[in-house]
Amino acid sequence: MSRTSLHPLTMGLLLLVGIAAPLLFPAYTNQVAVLWLMIVFASTWDILGGQMGYNSLGNIFFFGAGMYTSAVVQIGLFYDVGMYTSGARTTHIVFTTTQYFAGFALGTITGGVAAALLAVATSWIVFGLRGPYFAIGTLGVAVAGAELMASWEWVGAAAGISMPVFPGAPDTQKLFFYFLLFGLAFVVLVFLRWLYATNFGLAINAIRDDEEKAEAMGLHTRRYKRTAWTIAAFFLGIAGAIFGNMTGFIEPRDIAFPTTTFNIFMILMVLLGGKGTFWGPVVGAVVFHVIKEVTWTYFLGWQFIALGLLIVIIVVYFQQGIVGWLMEKYPERFGIHIAPKGKEEPASAIGLAPHPEGAK
Amino acid sequence: MEQVIGNISVLAAMPIFNLGLLIDGLLVGSIFALAAYGLALVWGVMNVKNLAQGDFIMIGGYITWTLGRMGIDPLLGVPVAMVVLWGIGWVLYRTVISKVITRDLFTSLLATFGIAIVIQQGLNLAFGPDTQSAHANLPTLSFAGGLITIATTRIVGFVLAILLAIAVILFMRKSRMGQAIRATAQDSRAARVLGIDTEKVYSFTFCLNAAICGAAGALVVMVWNVQPFLGTTYSIRLFVIVTAAGFGNLPGVIAAGFGMGVFEQFGGFVLGAEFQQALIVLLLLAVLAVRQLQQRRVRQAVQ
Repeated sequence: MSRTSLHPLTMGLLLLVGIAAPLLFPAYTNQVAVLWLMIVFASTWDILGGQMGYNSLGNIFFFGAGMYTSAVVQIGLFYDVGMYTSGARTTHIVFTTTQYFAGFALGTITGGVAAALLAVATSWIVFGLRGPYFAIGTLGVAVAGAELMASWEWVGAAAGISMPVFPGAPDTQKLFFYFLLFGLAFVVLVFLRWLYATNFGLAINAIRDDEEKAEAMGLHTRRYKRTAWTIAAFFLGIAGAIFGNMTGFIEPRDIAFPTTTFNIFMILMVLLGGKGTFWGPVVGAVVFHVIKEVTWTYFLGWQFIALGLLIVIIVVYFQQGIVGWLMEKYPERFGIHIAPKGKEEPASAIGLAPHPEGAK
Repeated sequence: MEQVIGNISVLAAMPIFNLGLLIDGLLVGSIFALAAYGLALVWGVMNVKNLAQGDFIMIGGYITWTLGRMGIDPLLGVPVAMVVLWGIGWVLYRTVISKVITRDLFTSLLATFGIAIVIQQGLNLAFGPDTQSAHANLPTLSFAGGLITIATTRIVGFVLAILLAIAVILFMRKSRMGQAIRATAQDSRAARVLGIDTEKVYSFTFCLNAAICGAAGALVVMVWNVQPFLGTTYSIRLFVIVTAAGFGNLPGVIAAGFGMGVFEQFGGFVLGAEFQQALIVLLLLAVLAVRQLQQRRVRQAVQ
């Protein structure tokens, strides 16, 4: 894998698949749309978890933050938010087409920006922490987000908010959100492809490999960590805003900040596909989502037990992931060349003991 | 907001209420201290951060609740829960923990998180999502003309928690296995060289922790209540206690456990019970922030 190329062929193929999928399989548009969301989840989690070595358990916080920000902006542009949320069960409020799209565009952008700002703010709390403390601290941020939203009456508290209704036919709505999520996933992948090829990519890899040394070499590690966290937050915020409008109803614990579903799916998909590789999260997301969609309904209430077992099994027995496993098995296919044995100078020729291994 | 200020002024006007909350907090805090000691034990000896700790407590609680429904006194649930949890701990150690113990920390964290999800959902399937509690038929005492009421179950729970803690501490000090555990915590490699079967020590430590959690759960279901998804709250609570005290600092862990109990009683009284979880999570963030400031002074990260 060369670092400089954006792989135009692969990306073109991806674009083709993304555009063709809803035309070829119109019945599965929603499922494939969620698949692109999963790819966004996995790829943005991998910025920190895989490339930078900071395993976050709280990335979902930004998803929910973006979702709630967009909801407040979309409603607040035309109505009073407190009135809207308290009257949602008794009155039916209709948004006109212009109102809907203007609010949606503005809401999505502010959702992303607000999530990014929150990332900068929370980076002061979480980035003095390492390893397990970082994981627990980020989980704390996510749970705190859910709990605060669940007790804030102005945004509907635990009862949630009904989002503005899409002004159009259900089929148009499906395609609209499909292409938004696909576009987001595509932009994320191209952006990350470029990002990992820059010095920034090298810097966050250096932080993963040895943070003390990276700092000693003069990298401003805190600045890099904050930037990486902000990038992930920005895309997650936008994803949250789009997904909130797609489902039409948002609620703190199970939709906006689902710490035990989407949040854990992110990590699971990355581990399944292969941590720290570019295509690993994508492969993991596809495999996980397809398996989940096919088998989920057959579990009859045992889904989450299966999910927990899957986490344990992957973590214990298959941590390198699919792409990681392939890289181990066929290193040449990934441009990794291992020098064949026996070509080095014989040890005795350069004046060392004949069996240097024996000394160890 | 007015309600919060009103509650604070009640506390200021009636000092006797403060005493009642303080006593209640200390009684409940003893259970936190017990379970936090188990977490600190596994953390210190095996370097595994057990995120399923709270869910072990919930299993212990449900065992006692089931016994109570069968007409057996909940107090007998304490030893039963300990034995059952010991077995569960052994199975989990064999199948999962022994395989992640040498790997990096996130692996064990995620593995125990997976276990936590399995336990939560399993309890949910088995017992339903309702809140349950078991009642030992003991009277409620009242003092100061009815202004302070203390349930006798809480006192019994307190005494049992203290007795268990003393037993565990004596065991760690005096017995051969306790010495081996402490030696392994200090330097596992040296312990292995000196002929200690560290694998056995790890297995024993994990089982002991599970049993402690079982006892704590049996006490929780008597003085409070259990619910399948409350386990995470307990895990975070215990994590806050151990992080605030530092895992090598046993008196600190116990003091922080009592502190947590008192903090929750006052927080719950002032803000209302629905803010309980938010309060604990915010306390976690506050503790982590303070730890960072301390570490920054010596130019280190919290790790």
